[in-house]
Amino acid sequence: MNTDMIVASIVASLPEIIVISGACLLLLVSLIPARGRMVLFAGISLAVVAAAAVATYVLAGPVRPAYGGMFVVDGFAVFFKAVVLMVTALVILISPKYLEEEGIERGEYFVLLLFALAGMMIMASAINLVSIYLGLELMALSVYVLAGFMRHDSRSNEAALKYVILGAVSSAIFLYGVSLIYGLTGTTQLGELAAALNRGGHLDPMLVLTTVFLVTGLVFKVGAVPLHMWVPDVYEGAPTTITTFMSAGPKAAAFAIILRIFPDALTVAADIWVPVVTVIAVLTLALGSFVALVQTNIKRMLAYSSIAHAGFALLGLVAGGHDGIAGVMLYLLIYAFMNLGIFGAVVMMRKGDFSGENIEDYAGLAKSHPGLALLMLIFLFSLAGIPPTAGFFAKFYILAALVAQGFVALAVIAVLLSAVAAYFYLRIVMLMYMKEPARSFDLALTPSLRLALAVTGLGTVGIGLLPAWFLDMARGAVFPGIG
Amino acid sequence: MTEIPILSLIIFLPVIGAAVLPFLRSDDRVRWVALAFAVADFLLATRLLLDFDTATYAMQFRETVSWVPSLGISYALGVDGISVLFVFLTTLLGWICVLASWRSITRRVAQFMISLLVMQALMLGVFCALDLFLFYFFWEAMLIPMYLIIGVWGGDNRVYAAFKFFLYTLVGSVLFLVGILVLYFQGGETFDILALMEGDYSFVVQVWVFLAFLVAFAVKVPMVPVHTWLPDAHVEAPTAGSIILAGVLLKMGAYGFLRFSLPMLPEASAYFALPVLALSVVAIIYGGFLALAQDDLKKLVAYSSISHMGFVTLGLFALNPRGLEGSILQMFNHGISTGALFLFVGLIYERTHTRRIRDYGGLMKVAPVYGVLLAVFTLSSLAVPGTNAFVGELLILTGTFSTNMTVGAFAVVGAVLSAAYLLGMFRKVALGPAVHEKGEAMWDMDGRELIAALPLVVFVFWVGFYPQPFLDVMHVSVEHLLDQVHGAYR
Repeated sequence: MNTDMIVASIVASLPEIIVISGACLLLLVSLIPARGRMVLFAGISLAVVAAAAVATYVLAGPVRPAYGGMFVVDGFAVFFKAVVLMVTALVILISPKYLEEEGIERGEYFVLLLFALAGMMIMASAINLVSIYLGLELMALSVYVLAGFMRHDSRSNEAALKYVILGAVSSAIFLYGVSLIYGLTGTTQLGELAAALNRGGHLDPMLVLTTVFLVTGLVFKVGAVPLHMWVPDVYEGAPTTITTFMSAGPKAAAFAIILRIFPDALTVAADIWVPVVTVIAVLTLALGSFVALVQTNIKRMLAYSSIAHAGFALLGLVAGGHDGIAGVMLYLLIYAFMNLGIFGAVVMMRKGDFSGENIEDYAGLAKSHPGLALLMLIFLFSLAGIPPTAGFFAKFYILAALVAQGFVALAVIAVLLSAVAAYFYLRIVMLMYMKEPARSFDLALTPSLRLALAVTGLGTVGIGLLPAWFLDMARGAVFPGIG
Repeated sequence: MTEIPILSLIIFLPVIGAAVLPFLRSDDRVRWVALAFAVADFLLATRLLLDFDTATYAMQFRETVSWVPSLGISYALGVDGISVLFVFLTTLLGWICVLASWRSITRRVAQFMISLLVMQALMLGVFCALDLFLFYFFWEAMLIPMYLIIGVWGGDNRVYAAFKFFLYTLVGSVLFLVGILVLYFQGGETFDILALMEGDYSFVVQVWVFLAFLVAFAVKVPMVPVHTWLPDAHVEAPTAGSIILAGVLLKMGAYGFLRFSLPMLPEASAYFALPVLALSVVAIIYGGFLALAQDDLKKLVAYSSISHMGFVTLGLFALNPRGLEGSILQMFNHGISTGALFLFVGLIYERTHTRRIRDYGGLMKVAPVYGVLLAVFTLSSLAVPGTNAFVGELLILTGTFSTNMTVGAFAVVGAVLSAAYLLGMFRKVALGPAVHEKGEAMWDMDGRELIAALPLVVFVFWVGFYPQPFLDVMHVSVEHLLDQVHGAYR
């Protein structure tokens, strides 16, 4: 590796370098004992995220391979980095007041958030199974700690423990799959994998095993059936802001590597993974939709809702092709907006001794806070996939990809299950608008939380009404080599 | 063709109104402003109808703006002789709904009027859309304001009714969406409704898409056996909600058959004509018997709606000019007459707070004006000669008889039934000894109520005595539609 290539590599990974340096800096700053430090830390983290976003934006355009084929900056990577940067920024915005209410005002919170961000950004850019694993673990380890950040709360502890153990097992399974594929092909480079597997000609039984291991490891990360068991417990136990983060950021990053690995590198094994993923997607969608119906805790309900949405996004992977992949990407972007919005509303309910996690707690919100209720209504109808919100377009585009590939029956199943899912979103709207308030609302609303809600609300309505630009962005960002 | 995008103006004027309402301080001001916007919209639609050229079947007042170019989606509007009538009907009922809610809605008035105006905009969008995606966009978005109108301002059991309405319609709509996508890929990746009408789809595709569309439209119409949401929704909805439901929303299902099923899937439509005719007859008779057994005024009118909408689908699938024109006219008539009946049930409910028929009697003596107008609308609803529904039903029945004698014979039974329950209702409510005293709680119609009712009376007799202008508006478009249907297998 000569100097030019080293410089080029460093330039290509500048956003990640900024985030990690920022995190280290924040670790030092967080030792300062001062009043109102949460706002300061949040400010610094936001500045770091903003700097990384600028760097990402400047680097976008040409494809920049780096680190000898471990890492690449292409449209696909930039798209996912934009999503995770936005998610992190919004989570930082909704955090300070919540941390205060929970009594967990520690600077490490933001440090870990930034490390997780760096992990996700590496996942978006990684094109080698080893660098993918590196990003995955950097992200996962940070989130394990964040999930257990409320040390005084047994639910948070349980969440963290469960997440660590199961997450470690799934990582191990994934890693085992990586080692098998290296044994089969002698490479971990995604670009070379396809060619190497093609040379094998017929389907190697070993390849079946490998594919199953890889699918298993990655399916865990997006919380799909049958490896979804951790999702409700972890989502319920973790601090709400971290639940928000997990449901949008790491999930999107996990989808990024799924999209890099399966449709492209493992095309040869499509006969194996397409049926498996189809079954997983349908079961995930069904389980998430039906089990969410009976939840009383809003965080658990949204956990099952997020399982259902993962199932829907997986259908885009099943459809495959240019539109299928762009469909998944657009879905994740839109899901990030609407889900952050609704979680922002959950965060604001937490004040003093009041947890606000019960779904019934929203009864009568429209009476005292009509504007907020309207925003929540938009997020909920978007999650249910009703126009004119963005959630409709997200579902529409994936359905279009499915029908284009001839999976009409799958599309019918998907829409019927999403009609089931509409019920529990509707129930919250019903409580807000059609019930009398049981208590007066005392909301933990801060200007930054308002800003986050405004941004997500604007995104949810804006993409719904004018999807063209976002659609073309997603379509343009699909990596080449996909028909 | 004018330079002003009049259709967009008609659609978005209520939205502008809805955006203004939250900034008004008093409830009274909200009512007046909402009324002003609704009336302005009505005047625009009247202008549209006057400028409409009845000599051509081509879409008029067209507007096309590219929306999502990479998927071939555009914001395309236009009206032909069929949809222009519904645009007019929607705006007419729009301001009547505002008047009907004047006194009956006292909680969260601004939010109610916003829902009402947004609802109106979306309904107009459905009738004007010339892009299938846009159509679905409006069609599905309507669920949100309607859900709120029923669920927030409805009766005691409103939450249940709102859910039932929402979920029934949603399940139908999502299948419609898959059907749309299948057509999109079969028809050369376009959502342009006119282009899709030209497409030539294989019989198998037509059958499946027809069935998907059938579910969606049948729920909306509603046809037996997916009608059960309607009585609940009607009974629980506030008066304005019932008027919208009966007057416009139910028409959308039939409009869907007219706009999509018949011209795009002609062979499947012909193939399934008999089953749909049979279902229509079942709706006519079954709905009639159910109406006969009701003690709740709103329920009675709701079941009569099911019966009357059975006539509409009957005429559509007779697949001949008389049947179709009768159907379209009857849709218009049903909007007028049943809308009026719901209005009148609402008016009396405001005074007595009961909808049970047995709580009434002798209203003619206490409130003669009310009684006479109720008589007019009752007679119009049961299709007495000289009223609007007579013309519609006569056309439908003659159309049906020329296609299928048996079906026509059964349908006539329904017409007799409707006389039984409607006259029975009128006798019990308006005739006999007076139950209510004239006074504080019971007064005859006031000026506001008369203004709301009078245009409806005008249309009852206008269509009843001189339906030609209405038939002229739709005639060329209907002929073109039949060419599309029959051209396929002739």
